Amino acid sequence: MHILKKTLLATGAMALMAGGVQTASGADGQLNILYWQASSILNPYLSGGTKDIEASSMVLEPLAYYDENGAMVPALAAEIATVENGGVSADLTSITWKLKPGVKWSDGSAFTADDVVFTYQYCVNPDGGCQQSAKFTGVKSVEAVDPTTVKVTFENAQPFPYGPFVGTTTPIIQKAQFKDCAGANAPTCTTQNFGPIGTGPFTVTAFKANDVVTYAANKMYREAGKPHFATAIFKGGGDAASAARSVLETGEFDYAWNLQVEPEVLAQMVAAGKGKVVTSFGTSVERLMVQSMNPSADLGDKRATKEGGPHPFLSDPAVRKALSLAIDRQVLVEAGYGKAGQVTCNVLPAPAIYASTANDSCKTQDVAAANKLLDDAGWAKGSDGIRAKDGVRISILYQTSTNGVRQGTQALVKQMWAAIGVEAELKNISASVFFGGDQSSPDTFQKFFADIEMYTNNFDGTDPEKYMANWQCSEIPSPSNNWLGGNMPRYCNADYDALVAEMGKTASLEKRAALAMKMNDMLMQYGAMIPLIHRGDVSAHSNTLEGVRMNSWDSELWNVQDWSRKK
Amino acid sequence: MLNYTIRRLMFAVPTLLVISFIIFAILDLAPSDPTGNLPLTIPADVRERIRESLGLGQPFPIRYMKWLQQFFINEPLNMIEQWWGFTLGDSENRLRVTSWATRSPVVDLIVERMPQTLWVVGMSYVVGILIALPIGVISAYKQYSIFDQIGTFVSMIGFSVPTFFTGIVMIVIFSVQLGWLPSIYDTTLQVNDLSSFWKQVKQMMMPVFVLALYNAAQIARFMRSSMLDNLNQEYVRTARAKGLREKTVILVHVLRNSLIPVITVIALGIPQVFGGAIITEQIFRVNGLGQLLIIGIEGADIPLVQTLTFIFAVLIVLFNLIADILYGVLDPRIRYD
Repeated sequence: MHILKKTLLATGAMALMAGGVQTASGADGQLNILYWQASSILNPYLSGGTKDIEASSMVLEPLAYYDENGAMVPALAAEIATVENGGVSADLTSITWKLKPGVKWSDGSAFTADDVVFTYQYCVNPDGGCQQSAKFTGVKSVEAVDPTTVKVTFENAQPFPYGPFVGTTTPIIQKAQFKDCAGANAPTCTTQNFGPIGTGPFTVTAFKANDVVTYAANKMYREAGKPHFATAIFKGGGDAASAARSVLETGEFDYAWNLQVEPEVLAQMVAAGKGKVVTSFGTSVERLMVQSMNPSADLGDKRATKEGGPHPFLSDPAVRKALSLAIDRQVLVEAGYGKAGQVTCNVLPAPAIYASTANDSCKTQDVAAANKLLDDAGWAKGSDGIRAKDGVRISILYQTSTNGVRQGTQALVKQMWAAIGVEAELKNISASVFFGGDQSSPDTFQKFFADIEMYTNNFDGTDPEKYMANWQCSEIPSPSNNWLGGNMPRYCNADYDALVAEMGKTASLEKRAALAMKMNDMLMQYGAMIPLIHRGDVSAHSNTLEGVRMNSWDSELWNVQDWSRKK
Repeated sequence: MLNYTIRRLMFAVPTLLVISFIIFAILDLAPSDPTGNLPLTIPADVRERIRESLGLGQPFPIRYMKWLQQFFINEPLNMIEQWWGFTLGDSENRLRVTSWATRSPVVDLIVERMPQTLWVVGMSYVVGILIALPIGVISAYKQYSIFDQIGTFVSMIGFSVPTFFTGIVMIVIFSVQLGWLPSIYDTTLQVNDLSSFWKQVKQMMMPVFVLALYNAAQIARFMRSSMLDNLNQEYVRTARAKGLREKTVILVHVLRNSLIPVITVIALGIPQVFGGAIITEQIFRVNGLGQLLIIGIEGADIPLVQTLTFIFAVLIVLFNLIADILYGVLDPRIRYD
């Protein structure tokens, strides 16, 4: 606490002294940002939470960002390394980044390749609990060739070598500041974790954990005249609706993040005329996972595993197809998502080059066709109106995490399924249990002791290779792998696995796109998952704020240095 | 009285130990995972390493003993060091109760937030009491009058309408429609001159009023019924028969006697002040203890929740004792020895 106070005073004093020097930057006063989840820590390597990563993205920078179209733009790197410019080796096993010369940390010291190397060492240290370490899997070494050149070497050929140091989740931290904080010491470095020194447009002047971050413009920032704001506040806490209100109705804040608010409420607030809503679409898809193994509690340890045998009714392709056909996705979008959602029939809906159009028939609901499918497959309606065959009733246990919009969607889907003679029992589980990996809980999304489960998944950045690899046979969660693995539907197909392996060897973007699309189509046509909604990100900004380029591929604050106050 | 107090204090130690064990065990057994709220893009093996780095790999008894040591020995030592500015032993390497989400000592978080809670929630309690006592007295004295009816009506509203509703109604009226008061509490505001003081008053006004309404409703009902009990007593008739002025009868004789149970109720309510008003703090974004607790629960930040809940338990035990002692002091008929 003592040290923390001193540092805060010191940085405050520095900001004051620096304030005396006249620069063109900082002419626009204060920027007020509101995230309804408060930031807990400003070290993105110790927190995977968006709120923490984005709060630190105003201070820390990676080598390159993704812009709002998903294209890479250099930040600390001088240019994007590619095979064409020789940055990526021909055998795809290494990438060499040229750094921008003359970049300074906010404390005035020089930014060098050593800092990049240190960042790598900091994150891969096994005792540090680094939350972004998956970004560095397959990396053999990171070395400083000279002060402005960094070479990342991979163990195998990497067709997409832009995992490490690209995007806001793996920014560069300062070696001088964090050198004593590696490994087991990582969590004890409160001062560093609460006030990282960065190269970005702002510096931290004060941090109140789980509440508010205050920033001042970084006088050492490499672009002259930027940022346009002299100070900034990153306030947290509360709920999405009141965050929207503070920008759109009262105008107390300039920017509010992630406004999952009922569409009509948001429209009402926009009518006040103080701000506008901005959306962008990344890769998030709200989908139904369809259990292909038998989740019956009678099976004991074999429950929801391959050994337990196939699912009594969901293993029938006709049932899976009918369930998807019976859903009116447009209604779900209008009821729960508004501008933040689009109908989708793919589990891989973006970037545009990966988006398949082969499954678009699901966009329109077709109850008659769904009924016919089930009739033809021999599922006849019983006296209770529920379809059954050989004594097996189509009665679905449908689970998801506790969340107002999700429970609304559940209720609507239940009604739609009732129209085709399918019964659904709804269940919701607290998110920290459902998504938590507690082995003793039967309610995790990996154990999937239900027939259908619903949640959203996405992937970082723009490359779907790791994401599509989730549905290999080896990724099926089971007791033998402690229920770890991303293949919740327990989909297993040797042809699919072959495509995954092929993608791991293919470098050409067009071919990779074709492969990813093929995999997506295989999953969709089999009915391993039922995609519902392509979810966008919704934020709001004041009418007086200019320069916001809403981004789903990186931090929403990725270009905060360009934001300015309308004159 | 002293004997009684010492006896009670000694008895509080095992009580608190049992409470601490129960809190620790319940939160530990609850199926909750600190990595559960992380993005799904973080793979399972990384999650496992994160859990290990948080100390979750150790067995339950060891974690409990560690927490006990950290809370009862290390943290008090740290506090002593900070207050008197000298070093006791190896203070650099002394393990402190560390929050999982912020990776910083829990006690520092609590110390940082205590002032806001005391100011906002404490102030609302004081305001509530100041409103409640006169309303209670007048309502009882003029039972079934218009004033009593209105008082009862307002109390019922204050008592039964939840703060999350009154809070939002106030924001819609005073922030959105009229634009007089800020809807978001500025926790970075430094009060150093008249204008910043006025700002502070403005931002405190709504949360204080919302909570005061709730507190006042409760206390006013107690005050009224306690007054009614006393007004029919023989000693009141005696006082009147002696020819005392009505004001003296009510304010000196009846009020003093009626206050005894009310003070107990007020004392028992004080731990709630420290506990913060979870919902109100969340609505107005006051960075108090209640908000800290709710963020801790949402993020499965178990050490933070354990420590906060336990501190609340300590306060409840303590104020129960204080209420009992106060009762003895105020009412000569009560003797504990």
